[in-house]
Amino acid sequence: MRAAVIVFPGSNCDRDMAVALREATGAGVSMVWHKDTALPEGLDLVALPGGFSFGDHLRCGAIAGKSPIMRAVTEFAGKGGHVLGVCNGFQILTETGLLPGALLRNGRLKFLCKSSPLRVGTSASAFTNAWNAGDIASIPIAHHDGAYVADEDTLAALKGEDRIAFTYEGGAPNGAMGDIAGILSRNRRVLGMMPHPERAVDPAHGGSDGRRLFRSLFHALATA
Amino acid sequence: MKARVHVSLKTGVLDPQGEAIRHALGSLGFEGVSGVRQGKLIEIELAQTDPDAAREEVERMCKSLLANPVIESYAIEIA
Repeated sequence: MRAAVIVFPGSNCDRDMAVALREATGAGVSMVWHKDTALPEGLDLVALPGGFSFGDHLRCGAIAGKSPIMRAVTEFAGKGGHVLGVCNGFQILTETGLLPGALLRNGRLKFLCKSSPLRVGTSASAFTNAWNAGDIASIPIAHHDGAYVADEDTLAALKGEDRIAFTYEGGAPNGAMGDIAGILSRNRRVLGMMPHPERAVDPAHGGSDGRRLFRSLFHALATA
Repeated sequence: MKARVHVSLKTGVLDPQGEAIRHALGSLGFEGVSGVRQGKLIEIELAQTDPDAAREEVERMCKSLLANPVIESYAIEIA
């Protein structure tokens, strides 16, 4: 399995993501700078890490979404490549249009940094196949702008097409519509999520539930 | 010439920052403030001298970067 982690100015979870991918999937991981115009050959996965790309100026993920490498990432996704966006990476995916909807300032305006119980919405994806739908996973959240919003048609489509990968169990702490914490693209190969699975892969992290997401990727992509 | 772009959250999109401002105004004694919406003002210096062409160019800037059509609307002033 080969993966690339995209690094933007202000990314701060890029190395954690690379470590999680290496440790939990054995993937060879390349770090790719946002100004690059091409991805390495033969990739199975592109990961957009958390952080504050471009200082969250204009809108979270807006400037990163227009950076040169995102053209290559969009092309990669268009060809059926798998893309994982975590936190700021999720915001970048919505800004690029690879996922529908948008992420707004948290409902109570607070930066939320804590472990959050998530309900797995579907096991039918390369990111969630090691869970059963309905399982609960404890994964940290750390964001100021994580309230997922979308119009009614989009929300109905996400639900109807079984594309809600994760919801906040017990209600969204950030005001997200439908308690949505993570969603899949129509072809189920792009996942955006606010919680940080890469921060829960080792018992020393205080929990390793996030490891299952990486195990899922390993099952789906390592033999491919 | 100069362009001013006002970006605001679409009607119906919850604006918790606007709400916080509304509460603060109330606690300062400003009564009768029934709603506050917070937006952004972006001022752009343009080499373009034709107002119509400038507006058209700024319109494209709004669509491609300055506003997110999922949640925001915008208004352009050319001066």
